Amino acid sequence: MPVYSDKVMDHFMNPRNVGEIEDPDGVGEVGNPVCGDMMTFYIRVKDGYLEDVKFKTFGCGAAIAVSSMVSELAKGKTLEEAMKIDAHTVAEELGGLPKNKFHCSNLGDEALHKAIQDYLGKKKQKEGKND
Amino acid sequence: MRKVYLDNSATTSVLAEVREVMMPYLGESFGNPSSLHDWGDSPREALEAAREQVAQLIGAKAEEIIFTASGTESNNFAVKGMALAQQSKGKHLVISDIEHFSVMHSARTLEKLGFELTLVPVDKYGLVDPEDVRRAIRKDTVLVSVMHANGEVGAVQPIAEIARITKEHNIPFHTDAVATAGTIPVDVKQLGVDALSLAASQFYGPKGAGALWLRRGVRIMPLLDGGVQEGGRRAGTENVPAIAGMGKAAELARLHLDERMRKLTVLRNRLLVELPAAIGHVAVTGHTEQRLPGHASFCVEFIEGESMLMMLNSKGVAVSSGSSCTSRALKASHVLLAMGLSHELAQGSILFTLGIDNTAEDINYVIEVMPSIVDRLRQMSPLYAKFTRAGKGGS
Repeated sequence: MPVYSDKVMDHFMNPRNVGEIEDPDGVGEVGNPVCGDMMTFYIRVKDGYLEDVKFKTFGCGAAIAVSSMVSELAKGKTLEEAMKIDAHTVAEELGGLPKNKFHCSNLGDEALHKAIQDYLGKKKQKEGKND
Repeated sequence: MRKVYLDNSATTSVLAEVREVMMPYLGESFGNPSSLHDWGDSPREALEAAREQVAQLIGAKAEEIIFTASGTESNNFAVKGMALAQQSKGKHLVISDIEHFSVMHSARTLEKLGFELTLVPVDKYGLVDPEDVRRAIRKDTVLVSVMHANGEVGAVQPIAEIARITKEHNIPFHTDAVATAGTIPVDVKQLGVDALSLAASQFYGPKGAGALWLRRGVRIMPLLDGGVQEGGRRAGTENVPAIAGMGKAAELARLHLDERMRKLTVLRNRLLVELPAAIGHVAVTGHTEQRLPGHASFCVEFIEGESMLMMLNSKGVAVSSGSSCTSRALKASHVLLAMGLSHELAQGSILFTLGIDNTAEDINYVIEVMPSIVDRLRQMSPLYAKFTRAGKGGS
């Protein structure tokens, strides 16, 4: 039996939304080379929706598939909805992840949430200045 | 799609001649070699023939060969068995920083039982300095164990020089020769060691057969107690088919060693030279000369090993990696870290171990498919993005 599900392999071999967004509205980074996985998420926000989501990932097959799935799940969602995407949903949507990969490679939701928080923080700052 | 197996350090294939000698012991010659009736005769003869063949491969005497079930068992047996047999003399062990886990974790277990452990470092090529072994030796040292060659970086250690030092101090010296026996010349007299581990699955024999060579007079405590198989040092009914296969594989390895080495070295050198030229930002790990013939190992910058492995697999190529993600323990290779590589670089570890079936076309194919795989992963990598941005900023 292969280690990864067909869905994981599909997202790994054909990842969706790889890349960066120029002048993104928010950026979120998680992971480090010691654990082996690093993810950076970029978001573009329009009227409270995630108009665009892109990512760059250094890591194993699972990490790349997770990033791809998170980007796909998040795109077009409201910020509130996107904040509800969690690691369990991602793993489920991918048809499961190997047990030992669940914690180390399933960081995509965190990276996305960080990008949204980054956006919200910047927005607050801007509004503060405008007051 | 082309299928290219380049993971011979995990296991080699099993030669047809080897499989053939195994078959009778899975069929009509099923008897127990310890039986006194006729059914025991043929299996017993097979066992003793294999013992002779394995002994010849390493320049040893047949009665000094103890069959085990794996290289891991041989290493456990040597480290624990030799240390425990001598604990009245002292409780200090010396091993290298890059031992296989079957040696490393055996030593750690002994630590829990009250032994003390000194780890000898390696240089950036993964080589042990014999003088470091000398410095590590104490009055209460009862065992030194340094592997003959490391399977991850291919570095062949100066075992004979280390043996001169252990002899001066009269300390038993074990070497894990799982990566070398049947692959390069291994002669227990020339190496000067007291115990040596080997495994059939590394030289075109079956899995489930290993051996520990133990110099006559060296003390060892059995790990498996029971009957008097293997001279009472390793109880349990012998795995006759696998051992018979190991014997045949040892004989073939001895007869074809030079020819195999020549062939593998040529192919491996192509990888060592052509792959870095084709993809850039790649470091060869290990030593370029003091290295196993079919062994080419690299660290590819900015990307991770498992993703390379999986993409190569989708192109029909089997390799391995020492990255965290590849190991079930999710830790980067202790070997690469001991050589002073950063975690970031160690994550890009990729290992091609060639076998006697590989051809020049296989190497062409790998060199053809690797650049696009590396490029795809680099395009996804935040580390590569940072690197290229820094490059632009600097120019």
